[in-house]
Amino acid sequence: MHSKYNPLSLSMQRRTALKTLGGAAIALTSPAVLRPGFAQDGTIKLGAPMHRTGIGASYGRWYERTATAAVKLVNEMGGINGRKVEMIVEDDGTDPKRGTEVVEKFATQYKVDAIFGHLFSNVVAAAAPRAGELKVPYFICSEASLLGAGKLNRYTFQPGITDVRAQVQAMAPWIGSTIGKKVTMIFPDYNFGHDHRDFFTAAIKAQGGEVVAKIAVPPTETSFTRYFPQIPPSTEVIYHVMVGPAVLTFVKELGDYLGSKRPEIFGFIDSLEAVNFNTPQLGFLEGTYFWEAYPRYAQANQTEFDKFFREKVGVDANGASIADPKDISTYSHMFSCWETLFVIKQAMEMANYRGPEQKKDLVVAMESMTSFAEGKEHPQGAKQFNGKTHQVFGSQNISKVEGGKLKVVHRTKIEDGLYESPTDYTKMDL
Amino acid sequence: MTASAFRKNLTLTLLVLAALLLLQFVLPEYYVLMATRMMVLAVFTVGFNALLGYVGLLSLGHAMFFACGLYAAGLSVYHFGFSLPAAFGVSLIASAALSLVIGAITLRTIRVSFMIVTLMFAQVGYLAVLYFAEWTNGQEGLSLPASARQMALGPWTLNIADAVTRYNIALVLLAASLGLLLFYLKGTRGRVATAIRDNEGRTEMLGFNVFAAKLEMFVLSGTLSGAAGAAYGLLFGYLGATFASFQYSIEALLFTLLGGAGTLLGPLIGVVLMVAMIDKLSELTSAYFLVIGVILIVLILWFPKGILGTIRERWAPWLL
Amino acid sequence: MGLGPYLLLATLEGLVQAAVLCITAAGLSLVFGVMRVVNVAHGEFVMLGAVIAWYAASLLTGHPALGFVVALIISPLIVGAIAALSERLILKRLDYNPEATIVATIGLLYIIQQSVLILYGPDARPVDPPFYYTIRLPWFGYSAYKLFVIGAAILIMGLIWFVLQKTRAGLIMRATQFDRETAQAFGIPVDKVSAYVFALGAGLAAIAGILVVPIQQAHYLMGTDPLLLSFIVVIIGGLGSMSGTVVAAILIGLSDGILSMMFSPTLAKMVSTLLVALVLVFRPNGLFGKAAR
Repeated sequence: MHSKYNPLSLSMQRRTALKTLGGAAIALTSPAVLRPGFAQDGTIKLGAPMHRTGIGASYGRWYERTATAAVKLVNEMGGINGRKVEMIVEDDGTDPKRGTEVVEKFATQYKVDAIFGHLFSNVVAAAAPRAGELKVPYFICSEASLLGAGKLNRYTFQPGITDVRAQVQAMAPWIGSTIGKKVTMIFPDYNFGHDHRDFFTAAIKAQGGEVVAKIAVPPTETSFTRYFPQIPPSTEVIYHVMVGPAVLTFVKELGDYLGSKRPEIFGFIDSLEAVNFNTPQLGFLEGTYFWEAYPRYAQANQTEFDKFFREKVGVDANGASIADPKDISTYSHMFSCWETLFVIKQAMEMANYRGPEQKKDLVVAMESMTSFAEGKEHPQGAKQFNGKTHQVFGSQNISKVEGGKLKVVHRTKIEDGLYESPTDYTKMDL
Repeated sequence: MTASAFRKNLTLTLLVLAALLLLQFVLPEYYVLMATRMMVLAVFTVGFNALLGYVGLLSLGHAMFFACGLYAAGLSVYHFGFSLPAAFGVSLIASAALSLVIGAITLRTIRVSFMIVTLMFAQVGYLAVLYFAEWTNGQEGLSLPASARQMALGPWTLNIADAVTRYNIALVLLAASLGLLLFYLKGTRGRVATAIRDNEGRTEMLGFNVFAAKLEMFVLSGTLSGAAGAAYGLLFGYLGATFASFQYSIEALLFTLLGGAGTLLGPLIGVVLMVAMIDKLSELTSAYFLVIGVILIVLILWFPKGILGTIRERWAPWLL
Repeated sequence: MGLGPYLLLATLEGLVQAAVLCITAAGLSLVFGVMRVVNVAHGEFVMLGAVIAWYAASLLTGHPALGFVVALIISPLIVGAIAALSERLILKRLDYNPEATIVATIGLLYIIQQSVLILYGPDARPVDPPFYYTIRLPWFGYSAYKLFVIGAAILIMGLIWFVLQKTRAGLIMRATQFDRETAQAFGIPVDKVSAYVFALGAGLAAIAGILVVPIQQAHYLMGTDPLLLSFIVVIIGGLGSMSGTVVAAILIGLSDGILSMMFSPTLAKMVSTLLVALVLVFRPNGLFGKAAR
């Protein structure tokens, strides 16, 4: 059967095309493009799915740099149990489907010992169950409050960074007692923002405060002025958390709108990661407050560990790349890759880990951990680890913008963020 | 179509399916998983191709039907504890109903308008998934618990999360969709459909109800896409808004163009080549979308009939 | 805030959106009118305009207005050249087959987006407006640059009108739009006209990108929203009708602002997309379009 009309049929020089396509096919199947480094004996293979493209790409780039630096350091220190560590990176496009496929690829094709590095919560939510099914230890470097809520599984761990629930709970007392009790929240209208909305509403209530307005903004929004009339005049604090490329617009428009008669403003650094504070559009943020997991600007009381970390990753005292001062890091998140790698190292050493057949021992060793001391392995600070919920807890920082830089004004205690959870992954099957 | 041409097509299809059946015993673990995914996506593409290849209608919104099946099946399992066959049944009904409604509206338009209208409806579908976050959990999506992905089958338990079971379920679904389309095309209705593609005006003049025939194929196409979505959700256990996005409509188009629009096995070939290529490319470069863009343009410029389309033109005119 | 100032703010915001939309959609509408093809990569031309504006601003030190003016000159030229090149290399060979063009421009969209990601990076980068000034009203403050954008849009739309109605080039374009074959018979190089029109449409998109970048930022994914919105505008305004496009842009700009105040923004987007799809189904020539010839 031949078609007389096909919407896509055209007469063209097909021969040339056949050659072109044939050439591409050969290039793709030739051994030269196959990745070297499969199953060498005596190496520990870690799969690193990274957000190289898609909406999380700014984060992904720095996650990869940090992880590369940490792996290099681990190998300089003699590897893990005398074995060299090899990191295999693949892009997941910040997409849940591709993220899941990459986890499957790591587990069944590369046969890695563990996977680490996922950040965005939708990718984590999709990939973690598959990691559990494939029984491969899966370490997330995300703030998602999924583990404590009992939504993930025995093979998933979050040993590098505190989750949103604990962050919010730790900071609410300071907000309520220092800058105001009547809070208007502006947050992105998806799960990450909803976590903030729900946990903070409860946390400020416990401090005798209240959330006077909740303004949900679609994550793809590019203009914000029209949302601002929803800010009630009684507002004492504007709490903003906006992850997305439009953050500078948000700040600029908020500044235009409010002028000098502004309430106190408290924000999450998430939206300003990889963004230079020293741009005119951000002038309005002077004197406002930010949550930071890890202070981007080297503080007066900088620890030697922070110095060491910056040097190894290649970040200067302003949190920018040493090679390019315009290239700003995602400092408050990327340390989680570093710390996670050293936790993996520690757990593997405890389990005397030799190869993939000992994955279960690795999980059990992880669950037996309770705390990590501040040091070169944990430059952000000491942490407590809950073996039942697989979640780590650390200190949070509240910083004030002064002269275009962030200065820490308050650091919470680890205990401030601890919360009870009925979840106990150790009861699940291995 | 002559009886001998039909026999040849049937034999070829059966041979391909038999090869797929045997393949699971030789492929390593990762490739079994990939092949499972490819087969489910091939069902989606067979559905898309039914519309593009046999009636000549290019929809830019088929992700909507895929997602409809995915969520209809997944949510009835997740929220209401439906058994797996019941959930699959729900998804078929839901996607058939949705494609009936959408088809009845969009088929009033033609060519470019049809493409844009289907794109817009799909965009509404995507936003709806985000909007009804209480049910769908928005962008983060839902994971089906392991217990929901098992069912009793007489004295045994069928675990569809198991790699081998999953492979064979996908294979059965692919065989069913190919068989359905093959027999549909063999019949009178199939011939009316292709007549519309070749010359709509003349078909109408000959007294056939063109709108009804188009709508019938639209519903078949949407339902096959929905079945693929349901299989994807149940077999792999994740429901997310990403499956409703524009990109997945484009992927179906890409697979079809590569394999050959209007060929029975073209979608399968397109999916296998494209998915394997993306998987390999992503090891080398993060710019695989760049390559997809180039391939789209190369295909449309020099190779608009795709692989099987070209083979049919030159060597095997009997190919369906 | 009282209802009056509230409406004033919504109106101002709506007008700014309408202004940018007008220019973007005018480009899309021109291309559709003359060439009868839909350019899915149109939004990427907006993005390219913005990205080039960033390069101009960061390479030229000194007053931000300098970078802005330079961007206004070079950006449409570069983007227009890219568009003309892709028209020659791709669209012409496709013989402007509408369906094939859509597929090819989807390919173009991916190529542009990923090239920018590789060369420019994933970050959203700000560009200074040519001037900083906030107009303080009793109820709220408003950026003067945004008002400038509205003015610029009026100027550009006037210019487009002038070119189309009063110049020889405009006459040629209108003739080609009205009847390709007859135009060719009268010695109009229809083939060349297509390349120029495609470049002109892309150039307009680039200008929209430059105007909007001091309000938003330059980001490699910023082309999606303008594309969908200008689709909507062009469809409502009647495919290929320039005055319909302007009216539709103002209507969409204003109603979008007000709708998303009353409903959840996601719901507002759903409802408006659905309505536009239905308009296209039941009034294929748009709300203001003339009946097909």
